[in-house]
Amino acid sequence: MRKYALSHLQELEAEAIYILRETAAQFENPAILFSGGKDSILVTELARKAFYPAKIPFTFLHVDTGHNFPETIAFRDELMQKLGANLVVGLVEDSIKSGSVKEETGIDANRNKLQTTTLLEAIEEHQFDACIGGGRRDEEKARAKERFFSHRDDFGQWNPKNQRPELWNLLNGKLNMGENFRVFPISNWTELDVWQYLTLNNIAIPSLYFAHERQVIRRQDTWIPNSEFISLRPKEEVVTKKIRFRTLGDITITGGSESEADTLELILEEVAIARQTERGNRSDDKRSETAMEDRKKEGYF
Amino acid sequence: MGLQHEEKEILRFTTAGSVDDGKSTLIGRLLFDSKSIYEDQIDNLQKISEKKGISHLELAHLTDGLKDEREQGITIDVAYRYFATPKRKFIIADTPGHVQYTRNMITGASTANLALILVDARKGVIEQTKRHSFIASLLQIQHIVVCVNKMDLVDYGEERFNEIIEEYKSFASKLKIKDVRFIPISALNGDNVVDKSAHMPWFSGDSLLGTLENIHISSDHNMVDCRFPVQNVIRPFSDEFHDYRGYAGRITSGIFKKGDEVMVLPSGFKSKIQSIVLGEEELEEAFPPQSVTINLEDDIDISRGDMIVREHNQPEPQQDIEAMLCWMNNDAMSPRAKYAIKHTSVEARAMIKQVLYKVDINTLHRQEEYDTVGMNDIIRVKMRTTKPLLVDEYNQNKGTGSFILIDESTNETVAAGMVI
Repeated sequence: MRKYALSHLQELEAEAIYILRETAAQFENPAILFSGGKDSILVTELARKAFYPAKIPFTFLHVDTGHNFPETIAFRDELMQKLGANLVVGLVEDSIKSGSVKEETGIDANRNKLQTTTLLEAIEEHQFDACIGGGRRDEEKARAKERFFSHRDDFGQWNPKNQRPELWNLLNGKLNMGENFRVFPISNWTELDVWQYLTLNNIAIPSLYFAHERQVIRRQDTWIPNSEFISLRPKEEVVTKKIRFRTLGDITITGGSESEADTLELILEEVAIARQTERGNRSDDKRSETAMEDRKKEGYF
Repeated sequence: MGLQHEEKEILRFTTAGSVDDGKSTLIGRLLFDSKSIYEDQIDNLQKISEKKGISHLELAHLTDGLKDEREQGITIDVAYRYFATPKRKFIIADTPGHVQYTRNMITGASTANLALILVDARKGVIEQTKRHSFIASLLQIQHIVVCVNKMDLVDYGEERFNEIIEEYKSFASKLKIKDVRFIPISALNGDNVVDKSAHMPWFSGDSLLGTLENIHISSDHNMVDCRFPVQNVIRPFSDEFHDYRGYAGRITSGIFKKGDEVMVLPSGFKSKIQSIVLGEEELEEAFPPQSVTINLEDDIDISRGDMIVREHNQPEPQQDIEAMLCWMNNDAMSPRAKYAIKHTSVEARAMIKQVLYKVDINTLHRQEEYDTVGMNDIIRVKMRTTKPLLVDEYNQNKGTGSFILIDESTNETVAAGMVI
């Protein structure tokens, strides 16, 4: 590379750090939405770097569907302890108990959609004025239109037709009472960029991303992990496969794919030649063409 | 393997074009031919094409956006797309072309290294081409690539291509554009998009992708005038870093080195750079657009909004600012109204004292007589701010020459400004 030129990862890092620092400066009570997935781990690492040697000046918020991979929770707790961070957990279970949402019924029931209500309730309870997420524009077509600073009205709703224009690197985080922002510092990263950065900087991620033996069930063209939350349907059987997960979410709807990739380098290689989109194994996005757009308008991540 | 792509440069470009000049097809083609499209997306395209009864893959659908947009067949907002080749990573700000969406074009253009302008070979230079070019020149995009599309519909004729070049040049001579290139293409058939076209042996230039990969963008940053607006003050309050005070920010321009004598504005205090850090890593020097933390040798009172510069190269503290404004809100500008202004990491208030003229973006004429200033209008104004801002001219320094205005009652960003 030329002297005085940044590589794409360095430039993306510089941009994300700038946005995280603006978030700290412009908001009173921001939180990082932490799921234990690689994107929120990346955001956490960038925040650590942005404010080093001071602590990350954000609370961490985990919206917990109750249907977790135990590995994710163990990873989360260890990381939070290492950072000395303040973690708050919003439980979908609590939203169900209080009656603000109803558990879905039927064969495809899951708690993905219910998360939105729990998220909005947590935002209100803790008075967060900005929630920093690991959403990327390359993930989905509704996300391709997101801003770095995404304004939400007092119902937490996203209005794609009336977003504030974002010019140069000037971010407008002004809000009225009750409104809040979602902040997406890694908007411009692609899945491959994320893996390259994690690999290059040797960032720890949950073991679920690496190929491992696991009991799984074939469902909707993907391998759904067997767990206490799954009930077998006719003709389904539990088998053991060597799989890894490309994204992590609710254990009942996150599919894995067969893989031998058990190091970051091998994962990177796999991602670089992948022929399916990252969210292709997520049944939450398969519900309809506009599943993500509809959820975002309601206040989803 | 895998890591060999780590040393890529990013090129950001904006595309503009109207509904039917093939912009979506061209972007779809770039994504498709650079293998940035996954199999499940291709399956989806095939389904759509079958439904519509078309034999080829309808590449334009790759850039389909929101529900409302699909229903109306238009783009409402800036959409960002990504693709990469072994040489570069590309970020496309895809903006709609119709007149009411000038605001989106400006948004996309504000961060672009390059503007890609599409011209229909049958129609030649039309009003919209002029509008896009004007905006690209106003926002000082360094490079413009004019793609003359649908060459297949004019028999891949060299003469027609040359006519369009002449037409474009005669009007662009009124604009300040440093680097313009012309490429004859057919987005539908892929001619000169990724590979050189066998249909146009008379064209000696590079294909579009070749151009995007090789165009020289290193001079796009100002490496001379040192400007470091402070975003946050880092104070760990820990035993290990007891007296630590770091100034966090992004280098707007110039090169900062360890040991440099610097001055802090507006106070005017002088000090030396003790260290430049990024996380645990110490850097010998830092340059745009790096985000770093600077530590100074002396304990000076510095806060967000201050700027670290060199003593003999300072921006001008100004309270009376002349600027070009692009109005971006449905609410018209109110005469002599006060707005919040954001400039670097500073916030103040500003009053628009006088509108000198409005630019007709189709003819480039200056209109001194007009009724109101509303959405998509471009005007030249005189403003007064509540405190001095450390500005440079936009054409010298985009980072310190740009600002936004915010309506304090709605909190919406209502205008983009460039200091003259």
